[in-house]
Amino acid sequence: METPIVVQDVHKSFGKVKALHDISFTVNEGELFGLIGPDGAGKSTLFRILTTLLLADKGQATVNGLDVVKDYKAIRKIVGYMPGRFSLYQDLTVQENLDFFATIFNTTVAANYELIEEIYVQIAPFKDRPAGKLSGGMKQKLALCCALVHKPVVLFLDEPTTGVDPVSRKEFWEMLQRLRKKGIAILVSTPYMDEAMLCDRVALIQNGRLLEIDTPQHIIEQYNKPMWAVHAKRMYPLIQDLRSFPETESCYAFGEYLHLTLKHGEADLDKLQAYLQPKGHEEFSMHPIQAGIEDCFMELMKSEKV
Amino acid sequence: MHPIVTKELTKKFGAFIATNAITFEVKEGEIFGFLGANGAGKTTAMRMLCGLLKPSSGEAKVAGFDVYTQADKVKQNIGYMSQRFSLYEDLKVKENIRFYGGIYGLSNNTIKEKTKQLLQKLQMEAEADQLVSALPLGWKQKLAFSVAILHDPSIVFLDEPTGGVDPVTRRQFWDLIYEAAGRGVTVFVTTHYMDEAEYCDRISIMVDGRIQALDTPRQLKAQFQADSMDDVFLKLARGK
Repeated sequence: METPIVVQDVHKSFGKVKALHDISFTVNEGELFGLIGPDGAGKSTLFRILTTLLLADKGQATVNGLDVVKDYKAIRKIVGYMPGRFSLYQDLTVQENLDFFATIFNTTVAANYELIEEIYVQIAPFKDRPAGKLSGGMKQKLALCCALVHKPVVLFLDEPTTGVDPVSRKEFWEMLQRLRKKGIAILVSTPYMDEAMLCDRVALIQNGRLLEIDTPQHIIEQYNKPMWAVHAKRMYPLIQDLRSFPETESCYAFGEYLHLTLKHGEADLDKLQAYLQPKGHEEFSMHPIQAGIEDCFMELMKSEKV
Repeated sequence: MHPIVTKELTKKFGAFIATNAITFEVKEGEIFGFLGANGAGKTTAMRMLCGLLKPSSGEAKVAGFDVYTQADKVKQNIGYMSQRFSLYEDLKVKENIRFYGGIYGLSNNTIKEKTKQLLQKLQMEAEADQLVSALPLGWKQKLAFSVAILHDPSIVFLDEPTGGVDPVTRRQFWDLIYEAAGRGVTVFVTTHYMDEAEYCDRISIMVDGRIQALDTPRQLKAQFQADSMDDVFLKLARGK
């Protein structure tokens, strides 16, 4: 069995903009690999190179052992690709779209029905509806079915959950977990940091550079600064006070809490207490916590800028 | 006077009830989170509140104006920013400001004055003559937000303002929201980031066209015995 995806020293520029800089990573058999980063990080450019739609300036890449330049025709037959923008035929029905993609790949919906069955049953009630009239979650399910209809070896999903509500996002990831168990290697990109935790391994990408490649658990474990979750009744004044504290290294809002790190860690705690005391924050609380993937990403972003 | 007051506000498309008799009010200077699954009716409700869509029945007043009879007044007195469309990429920074100022009927002198203030505040004086397309995403968003409140509306609608943005920029954007709310601007915001829901003063969650929950994040978590807003959302939106 060939390695599903191998990327080596890939560079790509558009005019003066360096979209991808020295990208290397491997996706293994049956692996769910996440490319995590904000808009403009270079995720879609990388997807286009790997799906043979765009040529890299430098470097090599193979998909299932096939070269993305030389063997582009063979690659197109064995990969499934769901681009970031909804790219099905809006004026064809659900059924027609599916049949269309099956025919293009010289197969039938029936031939690989087993693979898409679980997803398809959810959109089957709307099979005569034009794709353009489906809700966001339904469109995605259809797009995933169309990307799977020829039983691809490698699946490329470019931001499948962007703009999708938390419930549909959760369902979508559950589907990916099951596809992975069927042996399909999946490269999926997302701007949602919490989704990193659902991948086997992730690459964090920012400004065209990979900041880190590892399992999400390992990335979190490597974060070695003490961190505290801080809360008060009025959060905005608290965040302003903490940011003005001279020993504060970072202070970011995280939902109900602020995540705080100090320049000298625990050694600064007494000073902090003395600083905050006269400010009189109501319902103040503070406890140590373990950093999450988003904390790690922000930390890595910082070191990137230096 | 509350910036938003609705009573049994309803919109039907044929037999389909997109927004089903929603009743709520938003207080002055409040950050109000408007949540719901895709297709729950958020966009329809928001379009009615912005004076872009006539309701089928019910009442709504926004910035003191009736959405049926004074839709134009509503539009003039609110700010609106969406992730997808807010600035003209092929216009310069200062041209965008001038354009929106003109749309909102500000005088040339006011626009001049506001442009200066705004560029200074955003520390973008050096970029005034750059095309918006050349700006980093984080700057674009700050500019888009500032332009949306250029005409000093009492309320601003933000439709998924932070989608796809990096974690640091996302938080800087919320600083702007807090700051505006601190000046008394009412903020009505939709988001799919549940951590951002926690930053709101109050949250409503729509399910199948109805408002199924409305309270402070803390109260909602207590009410649904959930650890996070994510839990609350999953319990509500899945519990059909």
